[in-house]
Amino acid sequence: MHEAMVAQSLLASISAEVANQEAKPISAKISCGVLYAINDELLCFAFDAIAKGTPCEGIELQIEHKPMKSRCNVCEHVFEFELSKLVCTNCGSEDCELLPDSPLLLEEIEFDSE
Amino acid sequence: MKKVEVGKKILSANEEYAFKNAQILAEKKCVCLNMISSPGSGKTTILTRTINELKGKIGIGVIEGDVQTDIDAEKIRATGAVAIQINTRGACHLSAKQVSDALSQLALDDLDIVFIENVGNLVCPSAFELGENGKVAVLSVAEGDDKPAKYPALFAKAKALLINKIDLLDSVGQEDFNIGRVNADARKLNKNIEIFHVSAKTGAGFAEWYDWLAKSVKKTVGS
Repeated sequence: MHEAMVAQSLLASISAEVANQEAKPISAKISCGVLYAINDELLCFAFDAIAKGTPCEGIELQIEHKPMKSRCNVCEHVFEFELSKLVCTNCGSEDCELLPDSPLLLEEIEFDSE
Repeated sequence: MKKVEVGKKILSANEEYAFKNAQILAEKKCVCLNMISSPGSGKTTILTRTINELKGKIGIGVIEGDVQTDIDAEKIRATGAVAIQINTRGACHLSAKQVSDALSQLALDDLDIVFIENVGNLVCPSAFELGENGKVAVLSVAEGDDKPAKYPALFAKAKALLINKIDLLDSVGQEDFNIGRVNADARKLNKNIEIFHVSAKTGAGFAEWYDWLAKSVKKTVGS
């Protein structure tokens, strides 16, 4: 349940942006690599709980999971990683390596413009 | 509706502490290894054997992360090494801030290696950088050979993998723990991972682990 600490950091990141705006925040888009092992339900639950009573209360989280990718060392083709069949989807080579995981990012916040 | 683009790392507060930890460790020429595994894989026993057998050659200090108790820190202290216990009180992983507080209590000038024994958990600790030079995964044979496939994060990020309790390999049986499958899956996730087959109980395989530790220390002191 490491989502609790992610939720805390997320609330701090969103709060810093919200403080610069007069409008009410409605939703926040975040993205993360598979290796962060983020469970959407747990993160939203933790975020709702700690955002209660703050200007971020009620913000809806939209979470995008970015897949793991591999690169072929022969033809440099980049494709989605799958442990069970790790061959290049372009040239069939087995000489492939896993690319670094996508970071955990706060992408954008949507505010009510009224 | 008005959209504001942010594009900021959410864990930046943790990463700032991790960066500071890495700086302090580099200044003091200490190698820092973050040990991650399930509970009961043998991290503490690996550490006590390592400390006892490298005594006088490599100075070792330990930061112990547990949900509660100082049972593990006491085992480390019984070897004569310094151990700082962190109780996370429910949290399933250590944070860089906790490690920063623990580092300030260690006499780093006297140490070559700081081991962080993370909370026993195959998922959560892998997501948080602590300022370490590398993560070391520990997997014991009784846990089954499907763990790299089921929990790829740790194995993809680790510099080394210790497959522990190989003295139990015959009892567990090839059908439940195919060591070749573990090696192959770990290397598919991470082609540079160093793999050691060890038994913390009998001491089998530890010579290679010690060579790797000595090389890591040499690299840090030389840089």
